Amino acid sequence: MPKRTAEASTTDIDMTPMIDMTFQLITFFMFVMNFSEAEQDDRIQLPMSQLAKPVDGPVEKPITLQLANNGSVIYAGEMIGLRDVGGYLEQEKSVMIDAGKEPASATVIVRADGRAKTGEVQEIIKICQEKGFEKFALRAQYDEGR
Amino acid sequence: MARRIESSLPDKISIDMTPMIDVVFQLISFFMFSLKVVAPEGDFDIRMPLGKSASATVDDQQVPPIRVKLSAGPDGSLAGIAMNGNPVADFNDLQKKVVSLVGKGRGPDSLADKTEVEMDCDYGLKYANVVRAITAVSGTVQDGQIVELIKKIKFTPPKAGK
Repeated sequence: MPKRTAEASTTDIDMTPMIDMTFQLITFFMFVMNFSEAEQDDRIQLPMSQLAKPVDGPVEKPITLQLANNGSVIYAGEMIGLRDVGGYLEQEKSVMIDAGKEPASATVIVRADGRAKTGEVQEIIKICQEKGFEKFALRAQYDEGR
Repeated sequence: MARRIESSLPDKISIDMTPMIDVVFQLISFFMFSLKVVAPEGDFDIRMPLGKSASATVDDQQVPPIRVKLSAGPDGSLAGIAMNGNPVADFNDLQKKVVSLVGKGRGPDSLADKTEVEMDCDYGLKYANVVRAITAVSGTVQDGQIVELIKKIKFTPPKAGK
């Protein structure tokens, strides 16, 4: 029976390529990672538009209101009725006034489903206007096609 | 005089890589799982203060607004487009009419910059049609570049009803 030598018991694997590759992967995922706090919801199917190019910087003080297909509004992840939006906006408004900011300077991002009724979008805008908000951003999904 | 330095250390120092590789893999899995694939989204900016939405604002308004009427069918589909009361075949036609109205000139003082579009939509109309209409009036894509048309867009007050 052959005798085993001491070197053979510990096999030296060259780790360098693996570590290189692993760091490459880490770098890739770090750069790809999206830190933006964009509120998105799978329940909303945004309408497509070729002109809806992604904005460069984040919108200042945004309030996101999402209108679902069935006419209910998703605000801060919660599904609420269209009529209840006013109460939540009143809270937003008082928070802003406490912070010394005008509601008119805030942007209301409207993420409405493409199948939702236009009248409901307009009602949301009207409710916001009554609370003093006047800047709106209608969000659409960027359509690269054609 | 040459002197031989004798060292008791071995030629190759083997570092234990295991903890580092553990941490690195933890990091990879963290970034992998927190990766969220998002579709690119963009905004159409609309400035609509209360009280000025119904009638045309007089302050910097030398140009009458273009009124775009979108009518809905019973199921919310688009039944008809009209611009300033004249029927328009489709959104391409609408865009052509808008271009012929405001001209080709672009810039801070151009007609396109001063003109405002007022959207008058039926209550039940599917919202995707409105976005298509806004897309048609607010610009075109030529060779991958966006050529802007009209940026001022507002809505008429919502109509009561279903």
